[in-house]
Amino acid sequence: MSEPPPAIGAPALSARGSDVVPPPPPARGWARARVTGIALLGLWALVGAGTLLFLLSSWNAELFARYAPRYLSGLLVTVQLVAISIVLGAVLSVPIALGRRSKSRIVATLSYAYVYFFRGTPLLAQTFLVYYGLGSFRPELQAVGLWGFFREAWYCAIFAFSLNTAAYQAEILRGAFESVGRGQWEAASALGLSRLQTVYKIILPQAAIVALRPYGNEIILMIKGSAIVAIITVYDLMGETRRAYSRTFDFQTYIWAALIYLSIVEMLRLGVDRIERRLTRHLRR
Amino acid sequence: MRITRRIALGLSAAALALTIGGATAQEKLRIGTEGAYPPFNNLTADGKLEGFDVDIARALCEEMGVECEFVTQDWDGIIPALQAGKFDAIVASMSITPERDEQVDFTKPYYTNSLVFVAPKEAEFDADNVEGKAIGVQAGTIAAEYVEENYPDAELRAYPSQLEAWADLSNERVDAVLADFGVQYEWVNSEGGACCEFKGDAVGGDDVIGIAVREGETELVEKFNAAIDAIRENGTYAEVNAKYFPFDIYGE
Repeated sequence: MSEPPPAIGAPALSARGSDVVPPPPPARGWARARVTGIALLGLWALVGAGTLLFLLSSWNAELFARYAPRYLSGLLVTVQLVAISIVLGAVLSVPIALGRRSKSRIVATLSYAYVYFFRGTPLLAQTFLVYYGLGSFRPELQAVGLWGFFREAWYCAIFAFSLNTAAYQAEILRGAFESVGRGQWEAASALGLSRLQTVYKIILPQAAIVALRPYGNEIILMIKGSAIVAIITVYDLMGETRRAYSRTFDFQTYIWAALIYLSIVEMLRLGVDRIERRLTRHLRR
Repeated sequence: MRITRRIALGLSAAALALTIGGATAQEKLRIGTEGAYPPFNNLTADGKLEGFDVDIARALCEEMGVECEFVTQDWDGIIPALQAGKFDAIVASMSITPERDEQVDFTKPYYTNSLVFVAPKEAEFDADNVEGKAIGVQAGTIAAEYVEENYPDAELRAYPSQLEAWADLSNERVDAVLADFGVQYEWVNSEGGACCEFKGDAVGGDDVIGIAVREGETELVEKFNAAIDAIRENGTYAEVNAKYFPFDIYGE
């Protein structure tokens, strides 16, 4: 422990058995960090217990029966919205990611500006701009025949969300591809593999490991971010929750929503874990 | 049941309560309002509150001899904010409904309201036949409730504030907007509402507007009631009324 680590490139001195020092035993007793940690844990446990107690004591079967179908339809809207947006965004992200790596200055700058704008401004502002902002250009949009599309809040939401997630996904894609070393490309070409084969058989499997977690995060962020569509009159899970709350003034409506969001995210987390285990099966010993 | 519920709420909001607890001692009365509901309560271009509700609240405060301070709060969170102690009374054109009455205490009404449809002048909008029509309302209002209960065939569009509902009416995303008579009156007579006019008779007639305070604050309710009576009598109410509407909004 006390010895400084050997400089990089120095011969490995510690290879001899006598230099190996066992790790120190784990610290015991009530260190300040431990006390703080337990106190904080206790506070959170109290908050959790309070929430649970509140939910149990205010449980209202009639309320649940009345609003459960609405929550279900709201959940469906949320899932559809996120699924469609993520898929469209994934499709859009490929040319953007390629554009970011393009040798043409114009293409690279344009894709950079795209990513810069959509990552740098809130999704809320983007949704508002698309729905209410474009709404004020109705005559122009009607003239070019696009009003039919932008008239509908649902399409506006998908439009805004797809553009937004495309920017994030493009960066994930680019980062993942760039994380695969040049040597892999060179080795593949030395083996005489075609470019498509190289991408499909060599680069993609390695990039996927790097990209998987960020992709999972992006979907989770979209699910939670999608709650803002209620402001443009789409009744998603959050919209239904607010409607239920505005009629009942009962806080448990929000707790239900929180639990539903939590379970979606948990399912996603489990799914991502599974895929990761599959992708990294060659790394396990 | 009630008590355990209170305790549970208190526990989960423990941190919140700590920050609020100290603020109740002061003499100032804090009035919560929305600030997006012209001509009742809205923000001017330079960020000042104005409107019928605001003027009435000022007159009542003067009558009660207390200093008042306004707090703006989005409509769908206005009752929880009152309960959490962010302010002491809501003067924001709030209709007295049984659901709300369970959560807060109301003063006597300070004006009377009805709901009315507004639609583009050239459009044929019939309030008795709204099948498939898109009706815009503000979320969490009695207009939203009214459409949901009385026009199940219509397509309900709920907006976070009244202003967005009107914006979408001018954009022809909705066929009509249902809202309080007073705000609709102001809007159709404004530049933005020049496109549109009242359609059909007022609906949901027996609606009255009161000031909301936290449950159990009977003393404050009585002070407000006395002040309402006083400004009715000394002419202040009539003055404020005339400033905004050419008709008597109080109703009897």
